Amino acid sequence: MKIVKALLAAGAILALTLLPTRAVTPDDTLVMASQIDDVITLDPAEVFEFSAAEMVGNSYERLIGYDLDDVSDIFGVVAESWEVSEDGKTLTFTVRQGKTFASGNELTAEDVVFSLQRALKLDLSPAFILTQFGFTADNVEEKIVQTGDYEFTFEMDQAYAPTFVLYCLTSTVASVVDKDLVLEHEVDGDLGHEWLKRNHAGSGPFAIRQWRPNEAVVMERNEHYEPEVPLARVIYQHVPESSTQRLMLEQGDIDIARDLGPEELQALEQLDGIKIQSGVKGGLYYLGLNQKNEYLSKPEVRQALKYLVDYDAIADTIMEGLAEVHQSFLPTGLLGSVEDTPFSLDVERAKELLAEAGLAEGFSITMDTRNTSDITGMGEAIQQTFAQAGIDLQLIPGDGAQTLTKYRAREHDIYIGRWGPDYQDPHTNADTFAANPDNSDDAAAKPLAWRNAWDIPELTKKTQSAILETNTEERARVYEGLQREVMDRGPFVIMFQEIEVMAMQDNVNNFIIGPSFDSNEFGEASKD
Amino acid sequence: MTGTFERTQTLREWLTDNEPSSRTQARFGRAYLSWRSLSRNPLAMLGLIVVVGLILVAIFADQLATQSPFIGGDLRTERLQPPSAEHWLGTDSQARDIYSRLVHGSRLTLMIVVLVTVIAMPVGLLIGTVAGYAGGWLDSVLMRITDIFLAFPRLILALAFVAALGPGIENAIIAIAITAWPPYARIARAETLTIRNSDFIAAVRLQGASTPRIIARHIMPLCLPSVIVRVTLDMAGIILTAAGLGFLGLGAQPPMPEWGAMIASGRQYIIDYWWVATMPGIAIFVVSLGFNLLGDGLRDVLDPKAAR
Amino acid sequence: MSSVNSGYEGGGRTRALFSGLGAIGRVLSMVAITILGLLAVTFFISRVVPIDPVLAVVGDRAPPHVYERVREEMGLHLPVWQQFAIYVTNVLSGDLGTSVLTSRPVAQDIARYFPATLELATLGTLIGTVLGVPLGVLAAVRRGHFIDHLVRVVGLVGYSAPIFWLGLLGLLVFYANLGWVGGPGRLDISYEYMLTPVTGMVLVDAALTGDWAVFRNAISHIVLPASLLGYFSLAYISRMTRSFMLNELSQEYIITARVKGVSEQRIIWGHALRNALVPLITVIALSYAHLLEGSVLTETVFAWPGLGRYITNSLQNADMSAVLGGTLVIGVVFVAINILSDLLYRLFDPRTR
Repeated sequence: MKIVKALLAAGAILALTLLPTRAVTPDDTLVMASQIDDVITLDPAEVFEFSAAEMVGNSYERLIGYDLDDVSDIFGVVAESWEVSEDGKTLTFTVRQGKTFASGNELTAEDVVFSLQRALKLDLSPAFILTQFGFTADNVEEKIVQTGDYEFTFEMDQAYAPTFVLYCLTSTVASVVDKDLVLEHEVDGDLGHEWLKRNHAGSGPFAIRQWRPNEAVVMERNEHYEPEVPLARVIYQHVPESSTQRLMLEQGDIDIARDLGPEELQALEQLDGIKIQSGVKGGLYYLGLNQKNEYLSKPEVRQALKYLVDYDAIADTIMEGLAEVHQSFLPTGLLGSVEDTPFSLDVERAKELLAEAGLAEGFSITMDTRNTSDITGMGEAIQQTFAQAGIDLQLIPGDGAQTLTKYRAREHDIYIGRWGPDYQDPHTNADTFAANPDNSDDAAAKPLAWRNAWDIPELTKKTQSAILETNTEERARVYEGLQREVMDRGPFVIMFQEIEVMAMQDNVNNFIIGPSFDSNEFGEASKD
Repeated sequence: MTGTFERTQTLREWLTDNEPSSRTQARFGRAYLSWRSLSRNPLAMLGLIVVVGLILVAIFADQLATQSPFIGGDLRTERLQPPSAEHWLGTDSQARDIYSRLVHGSRLTLMIVVLVTVIAMPVGLLIGTVAGYAGGWLDSVLMRITDIFLAFPRLILALAFVAALGPGIENAIIAIAITAWPPYARIARAETLTIRNSDFIAAVRLQGASTPRIIARHIMPLCLPSVIVRVTLDMAGIILTAAGLGFLGLGAQPPMPEWGAMIASGRQYIIDYWWVATMPGIAIFVVSLGFNLLGDGLRDVLDPKAAR
Repeated sequence: MSSVNSGYEGGGRTRALFSGLGAIGRVLSMVAITILGLLAVTFFISRVVPIDPVLAVVGDRAPPHVYERVREEMGLHLPVWQQFAIYVTNVLSGDLGTSVLTSRPVAQDIARYFPATLELATLGTLIGTVLGVPLGVLAAVRRGHFIDHLVRVVGLVGYSAPIFWLGLLGLLVFYANLGWVGGPGRLDISYEYMLTPVTGMVLVDAALTGDWAVFRNAISHIVLPASLLGYFSLAYISRMTRSFMLNELSQEYIITARVKGVSEQRIIWGHALRNALVPLITVIALSYAHLLEGSVLTETVFAWPGLGRYITNSLQNADMSAVLGGTLVIGVVFVAINILSDLLYRLFDPRTR
């Protein structure tokens, strides 16, 4: 070891003679260290990944926005106003005048209609958010129609709850793209898709200048954006290791570290010149219990497992600052979310329930566990508490794609995962936790209820009717009922709601951590 | 090793007899001489001590461990504790005693090394000797296969196999074995080529021995020493590959105390809680160094050509 | 790491490849078979990996018809042999396919990641050679003395330490605590955009454009990972140098030279080392080849955007074209270096002539 150190020291001394003094990031540039290897496309019609959604969120504008502190407060962004027709099926939008794309082109209703039609015609992963209203690639030209320079109509197949529609229009798939610019780059009728995957055609505060996969994304100020954007440049640097992110932050090489663990955050909190900022997200950590498993299909066992997680201890230690206990399928902030936490670690109770199920001796079961530190940490803690009731839980580690493939094929026993809402309406989670239209193995749709083989025709009907309930209070009551039913007998041990935490240099101001992954905003952020 | 012999005067005389009266005596005699020259090499002896120590720790893990390697203490109060009288090497992020985990981890390390060797060595030996002895198209085919596996980056190949077979210690062992055999085949083939045309093989052949018999009884034993040396030198590499897989999260399943996985889970705490990742790193280092020192010494003794 | 520790028999291997023939055509056909086999194995592995490659494209939330359409676009509905045939045909026409994860042509990805690996491996080998050869010579000359044991221990330590662990500790000490070296990555982010890539190797590009500030910054980033890799190649090179030198020093011409009164310094550095250099070339080339394979672990720890990490990352998402393309490049480089070192060996070594 001495020799190793001596050699390393020799190398380092050599380097020292060459070394410049430490660089500090420029005043008009915000540098973030983040895990951005999930970015596979930057086309808003395709983007569904956490990092990419945040980038699109800051570089494109959508028709509708919501107050980041109070999600129930909806307002127009590109849309100035809207009217609902008598029959509730048609919305007429007026587009705000005076908006300009980063290219210098003016934003009109033509761009909005083109963007929505484009998303539906391309029909990529997130398009389902819009197809929920009866649109298809074939009928969209008749259903979403421009009626003036700044006006268009939006005709649905049923009278959906207006809030449901509007929340869907806050999602990234409803971003407005620059029609002229995109069509300039159209190849073989692809509506500019190949080009837009790697380029930018939006009107948000920033323009995406460069994406180097697994390395960096560079965004530059949109000079045409009103009001003026303080930062000239925002850079995401891909840094996979959290300890490395922390070191870079301490050394002043970056302004914000995005993926830190609780211990790292604690240590950074003590340092001068660094502050911690956090915001509650919609992501839920949960266990999925496959009903094809003979033990897990017993209701008493499902209930027992809910008493065998030490929710508080995990939230206070392994996930400290990164999660809070939450046990219903609607995260705090969404309409109708149930805030009770009826379950806590209660080994005796669990043992009784297991005895009722005829499994007093316990049993052996596996859990597919992503090999990230948070999921593995939780998995190991759960393993220890399960063991107290005689349940031998074996963790099967794997990469994200690997565990997910298995989960989607219903080949797991227990799956520990995280689910984030696709938009800010309760239907997004109800549709996956409390709906399973077809429980057969070759079913087309694979909601979480299907993945855990939970056959619930009654509940599915309730969920599907909730989107037609126009009375908001009544609608909230329906979702409350759904959540309680899932809590009582569902195959989900919902444990925590995610908190996003960032550590940043003291001079970074106005960086907003929003409730969803596409609503972290830095359009007003600055450094001083 | 032959160190278990009771070293009486007569035994030594018997072993060092210049005119052995039986084949067994000659064999033991040779082994004894090897042992004597090995024991004169202090570094090799150090290596031997480490390896024997590893084996002993693995055998007596239950007695040596002070706490359970799997079940931790109270998450709120016993997590990430520095080394102390109660936890000699501190505790990890699940409030488990690192010392006890390291002690039990020695079993996994030993198991990996032994099983990989047991799988890879015979395969390599067989392919190498058959290719070398048969020659012709069979040689070409076998050697092309060997080349293909050699041209792969070893860790990436192991990674690919683990991904295909699914993570877990057994699959990691198989994956490492798949990547470990080609060098042994190479060595065995090279040795075989030098032996193949020797007079004594010709003599055996004239006596009517079948090809499998010649390979199994006469060629393999002669190739064995150099392959064994190579395997011993490789053991450290096997440990490190296993640790690398564990580090990338594809080795042992949690909560198994595999040392590489322990480093991986400790790396996010390395700055404030240095012991979590450092202790298993030291364990890996000491054990691989032990195997390397021993292998190096063995090479000096068994393979004088390379020792120069 | 492990690739540095083992598998150094390549020299003997390609020599066998040449043995008894000289026909270039046959060598080439063998190379072609090896590489085709490499591709077939990789292809097979990436097909049995229980990861759904469509997921990497459409994500978890895609509706079923989108999923099906993409699956067909990727050709995954075809029989496996047909997929392989299509792939090989494409490769022969120079098309390595498009990576799912980066949505760029694989060739372009490799052109970006390979130089990073090349730069690191070259510097590592340079460090290993510059330090390793003299150490090996010293050990041979002072055989059995302290320096000999020291070199042996230095070498064995190099074989024994987990590189990812040393890397972490190195970052902790020299970057975090002492601030002597640059952090992970190839450049400080503020320098990153000052450089127009020519060769893709930051050091070379900076030198070409005369941008010394960038050059110094790049040095500060590469010095730690390169030293680590250099140390592992040093361990091997010094070991082999010692052995070759001992071999030469026992030859008769050395004794003759001594009798003639040639100075000891000249005998060692002039005569013996010159002759030992011939096999050493092979050793250094092999050590280089192994570093080029991309040290996945070093690249992971130092966030180095190299080929090893590219392949690993692609593998974990069943990004087949990327895995195959990366493996292909590594296979070709490995075989090429082997053949090259073998040719050099045959050119310079009187015994093989």
